[in-house]
Amino acid sequence: MSLLKTEGLTRHFSGLTAVDDVSLAIEPGEVRALIGPNGAGKTTLVSLLCGRIEPSEGRIWFRDEEITNWPAHRRIKAGMAYTFQITSIFARLSALENVSIAGRAVGRGAEARQILERVGLGAEADRLAGEMAYGHQRLLEIAMGLVQGPELLILDEPTQGLSDTEIEGFEALVRELTPATTVLLIEHNMNVVMAVADSVTVLDQGRVLAEGTPETIRADRSVQAAYLGSG
Amino acid sequence: MKVWGLHLAVLALLAVGAVILPDYHQGVVARAMVLAVFAMGYNIAFGYTGLLSLGHAMFFAAGMYGMGMAVQHGGASGALGLLAGLIAAAGLAAIVGALALRAAGVAFMIVTLMFAQAIHLSIFLFGDWTRSDEGFVLQGAARQPFGIDLTQAEPRYWAAFALFALVFLATLLLARSGFGRTLVAIRENEARAGMLGYDTFRLKWTALLISGVISGAAGACYGLFFGYVGAGFASVQYSILPLLWVLLGGAGTVIGPIIGTLFMTYLIDIASGITTAYMLIAGAALLLLALFAPQGLAGEIRRRFAGWLP
Repeated sequence: MSLLKTEGLTRHFSGLTAVDDVSLAIEPGEVRALIGPNGAGKTTLVSLLCGRIEPSEGRIWFRDEEITNWPAHRRIKAGMAYTFQITSIFARLSALENVSIAGRAVGRGAEARQILERVGLGAEADRLAGEMAYGHQRLLEIAMGLVQGPELLILDEPTQGLSDTEIEGFEALVRELTPATTVLLIEHNMNVVMAVADSVTVLDQGRVLAEGTPETIRADRSVQAAYLGSG
Repeated sequence: MKVWGLHLAVLALLAVGAVILPDYHQGVVARAMVLAVFAMGYNIAFGYTGLLSLGHAMFFAAGMYGMGMAVQHGGASGALGLLAGLIAAAGLAAIVGALALRAAGVAFMIVTLMFAQAIHLSIFLFGDWTRSDEGFVLQGAARQPFGIDLTQAEPRYWAAFALFALVFLATLLLARSGFGRTLVAIRENEARAGMLGYDTFRLKWTALLISGVISGAAGACYGLFFGYVGAGFASVQYSILPLLWVLLGGAGTVIGPIIGTLFMTYLIDIASGITTAYMLIAGAALLLLALFAPQGLAGEIRRRFAGWLP
């Protein structure tokens, strides 16, 4: 049984079809990378999955329940976590408070502190999130996803703005999470994809262009064409 | 520790007021304490949850008229009247919350303003019972709930103090609770709070309900303590005042509302002793505060010296 499944998922934005008839299945315990050129519809697709926006057509299942019409907060409670591409932290609260609020257990500081240690922000627990360096805010985003102990962790371009060492740390973290957590990773950095993904879905102009292991995707001519713009 | 020490000290200071203040100031502070309860109620919606309502006079009035109607026409005792006021405010807040919270930002401000106007005009519509603008005076017999004679200045001060202390400590507990921190999360970034699994609509509705009930308690007590119920308290002025008090004192702080209310009360009190153009002085003071302490008095203290202030 797939952890997450979509069937014919489509989303129009006044004339533009951002996501076009996408059917995919994510298996429990895998790290699935979602790649594609800019504007391919990656963020729209995950926004449909976690309920930030409603689909125009198509259906979504999480575990074996249909969640197509569930509001976002209900999906999150059911075991999804979503980290934003554009850093979306509570700037005027401390890093620790951000994580405890994300854990929906405000006040239980110990667990939140542990998670911060885990992403390498242990020393910044009491700083205001808005005053942290950009890379650290990205890590805080990830910590806010982790603390929810999700079954499915959706990461939208998590390594954007991270230094090389921080990226290495991130890769190690993702490997540590699986197979307990299933990860859906939107990623531009192909090195990261190759290092952590079990399988890759390529999106182009809202459609699934290819799907397979990182190696086969790297060798796929149509994928190269989509990225490089050559026929 | 620090937090409890500070807030208990504020209460102690106000309690001492009962003994040392001359009669006139005792009356002024008693009134300010009841109005500060209104401001604390408003602060839960605006300061903590980020809901900028322009219609809180309707909750104040619902409490006041719920009490006043029950006493005047229902023959209820003062204590029963207070209960009726609370129920009226809670019912109104529950309905208005369910409808108005479908809007956000400017639309929410307009919708709350319109609801408040509708309530204000309803008081005129039912003028036969409410006596409209003229209002009505509550008889002394009704103003002795729980054996406290509210027609006398000193018991009235203590009653106002008791009400204030209750709501003050309740707000402090709420601000420090998980629920309170969640409201702050909604204020700071509602979309994100929703994506963290919080049902933000239900939470905002609950916050508005609590805010409305506290504002209603202030209205009911104001009517009972000072013996008068009138449509003026439902006017737009009484929607703007709590916003001003909270902004002046410091939105999203527990001590802000009482600071703002006392400050504004005495500013107008002193200025009107100097000149008839006292609103000009009040306006200038407000401008200075907006320029140099945009987060209000307590907000500025928190920013500069005391980050721990809840």
